[in-house]
Amino acid sequence: MQQEPTKSALAPRATAHWLSRLQGLGPVIGLVMLCIAGTWLNSNFATPDNAMNVLTRTAFIGIIAVGMCFVIVSGGIDLSVGSMAALIAGSVIMAMNALAPMVSSPVMIVVLGMGLALVLGATFGMAHGLLITKGHIEPFIVTLGTLGIFRAYLTYFSNGGAITLDNDLNDIYSPVYYGSLMGIPIPVWVFLVVALVGGVILNRTAFGRYVQAIGSNEQVARYAAVDVDRVKILTYVLLGVCVGIATLLYVPRLGSATPTTGLLWELEAIAAVIVGGTSFKGGAGSITGTVVGAILLSVISNILNLTSIISVYLNAAVQGFVIVGVAFMQRGRR
Amino acid sequence: MSVNVEFDNVVKEFGSVRVLHGVSFSLEAGRTVGLIGENGAGKSTLMKILAGFESISSGTLRINGQPKQFVSSREAEAQGIVLIHQEFSLAEDLTISQNLFLGHEKRRGWLLDDASMQVESAEVLAQVGLQVDVNTRVKQLIVAERQMVEIARALLRKARLLIMDEPTATLTPSETKRLFELMVQLKADGVTMVYISHKLDEVKQVTDEVIVMRDGRFVAREDTQNVTRQQMASLMVGRELSNLYPPKAPHPATAAPMLKVSGLTVPGWVEDINFEVHPGEIFGFAGLVGAGRTELFEGLLGLRPRSAGKIELQGKLTDLGSPRAAAKQGLTYLSEDRKGKGLHVKFGLRENLTLMALERYAHPFLDTNAEKAALKIAIDDYGIRTGDLHRLASSLSGGNQQKLALAKVLHPHPKVVVLDEPTRGVDVGAKRDIYFLIQRLAQEGLAVVIISSELVELIGLCHRVAVMRAGRLQTVLEQSQLTEQELIAYATGTH
Repeated sequence: MQQEPTKSALAPRATAHWLSRLQGLGPVIGLVMLCIAGTWLNSNFATPDNAMNVLTRTAFIGIIAVGMCFVIVSGGIDLSVGSMAALIAGSVIMAMNALAPMVSSPVMIVVLGMGLALVLGATFGMAHGLLITKGHIEPFIVTLGTLGIFRAYLTYFSNGGAITLDNDLNDIYSPVYYGSLMGIPIPVWVFLVVALVGGVILNRTAFGRYVQAIGSNEQVARYAAVDVDRVKILTYVLLGVCVGIATLLYVPRLGSATPTTGLLWELEAIAAVIVGGTSFKGGAGSITGTVVGAILLSVISNILNLTSIISVYLNAAVQGFVIVGVAFMQRGRR
Repeated sequence: MSVNVEFDNVVKEFGSVRVLHGVSFSLEAGRTVGLIGENGAGKSTLMKILAGFESISSGTLRINGQPKQFVSSREAEAQGIVLIHQEFSLAEDLTISQNLFLGHEKRRGWLLDDASMQVESAEVLAQVGLQVDVNTRVKQLIVAERQMVEIARALLRKARLLIMDEPTATLTPSETKRLFELMVQLKADGVTMVYISHKLDEVKQVTDEVIVMRDGRFVAREDTQNVTRQQMASLMVGRELSNLYPPKAPHPATAAPMLKVSGLTVPGWVEDINFEVHPGEIFGFAGLVGAGRTELFEGLLGLRPRSAGKIELQGKLTDLGSPRAAAKQGLTYLSEDRKGKGLHVKFGLRENLTLMALERYAHPFLDTNAEKAALKIAIDDYGIRTGDLHRLASSLSGGNQQKLALAKVLHPHPKVVVLDEPTRGVDVGAKRDIYFLIQRLAQEGLAVVIISSELVELIGLCHRVAVMRAGRLQTVLEQSQLTEQELIAYATGTH
């Protein structure tokens, strides 16, 4: 029994292995095909300027999606990230404006503001994590609640209008979004760093392994002496910090926060994670896939903007077809 | 209406892996047939084909002489062929009655006829001897009761051919007895039965003939009365089985206890439990299902609240609040529920093996090569049979999954290990491997606690056995007192 069947089964298993790797490459292949199509449809698509433009726009959603990937892999979900980003943006701007008369160095104020964004993100994430684990409430419900709470408070603070950053401060702050290093915009660098760090944490640390173990089967993880609550809370903190990072990049872009800031970001971030091949049920996921998924979605809207084959108004529809299509291709993988 | 079944050169392939290599035999109406073989022999797959859960890759299945290809279990049920699953297929949030009629609901016009379904459910529950209200939700039932519900469902379908896959794995002796009485009654009604089990004494007891399968092939068919258990086991493994249990090492009671539990109470489950386990000792827990053995240890691990009790590990008083705390103190636990609590079946072998001792591999980044090396060592040490190292745990056979689960709970190098039903659903060959492994662990100085419903196993392996009944520790039997009669007497309270 030992020898013969193993041998005959080896060759097909090798092809199966190759096939599953190919399936993992699905989003990449999709992205490459989209880029070929884009280049063919409009000569402006394949320019460095346009590429950087797309990547800069992707940065916000992409950074959040990296954090979201952890939450989804652990079997959770966070619907509030868009509202959270809006509230963090508003709070940071208000805090910086309030500090302006007190602190002499504007650079210091900007640094404090950026720090505040991270602290707020981590705090909100911690609150989610605690409510979900210690409060035993479904993540969907908790974050559905905070989705409303965060945005309502921003609307309240802004009186329904805009909270705008002091002009002098904005001038100091704006390079964080508009500046570039070695020809690559700062947000793209940050996106790259976040993705690399995220990938290392998910695949090469004990925490990352625990996240996958919990998403794959929480009971088994608990019996295997994994501190399930702590790991889950940390995934939400991590996502909160990612939202903080995305927001501190976003603030200098417009220098203001309004009730529509970050609208539907949560759905775009979740879509990026899913398009990237992460299972919505948790357990298995990929940061690379998530990054590719985020880029793929913004390439779609970029191509629609550059060409006139499909109306820009149908952008969301095209993205929707892609999401459903990807889900269709991946069905039965788990 | 009786059912004659004939398998003719049946082949089944999953992708490129062939699990049935042209199986041919027939089942005569009204006979009770024991289908035996090691895990992975193809018994379950063949029966799933018969019951319409799997399709045939090539070959023919004939029912009463007519070639049939069932496309669904419903079609097979229409022919009176019903399979009772090894893993339960009940909807936990529905009531017993709703489960019994699931997919076959009675209607009155557009509405469900709950009243008449409940009446019929109550009748069939009485027939299997389950005294529970039909409106109880299935999630409130213990495992053995769920098994009876499964059987009741088969009766309700007016089964003419009943396939039972390890039906007694979770049943207590008295429930098993009741099941056997029911089988006698069904046989008298002319029902054909296929009985799949690793418990050869039961096969010997209830079947008319046995069919042995090995590696996806038909091996032998014998009248039950003409074969001994030993012969059955040898046919299953294809070689003479030497002694199943390793020779016992002398009892090391002189050393200070490794684990000492006093006055432990888990509200609603167990009360005032006292016992101690010494290094090098194999300490068994016997009892009926529901006696509170698993719950005792879940309480010990902090998975259930404790209201009283002292736990001493290596002479130090400790307060274990979670499996994590326990593992840090040197106590690990292997759950009886392998797929639900024991292994990540969708994880690779390596990830499963190292999960409980990941700190050893994180500096702070995981050293995958060290993990791979550890897996290679574990595969040799524990005799895990696998083609290559990159497979998922789910691709292993039951016995090899269990060996992997054992390797996993032992990977943190515990001082005390609690093994809950370590050989459940495992074939004879793997059982023997596991027994020898447990023996080796004890000889290396580990304190081993074994919870088991198989009395023979406890007697063959343990130095001492504690017997629990209704949440209380009845007695601790010394090696010289270990007999099946004694154990059963204490477990049932008839001592």
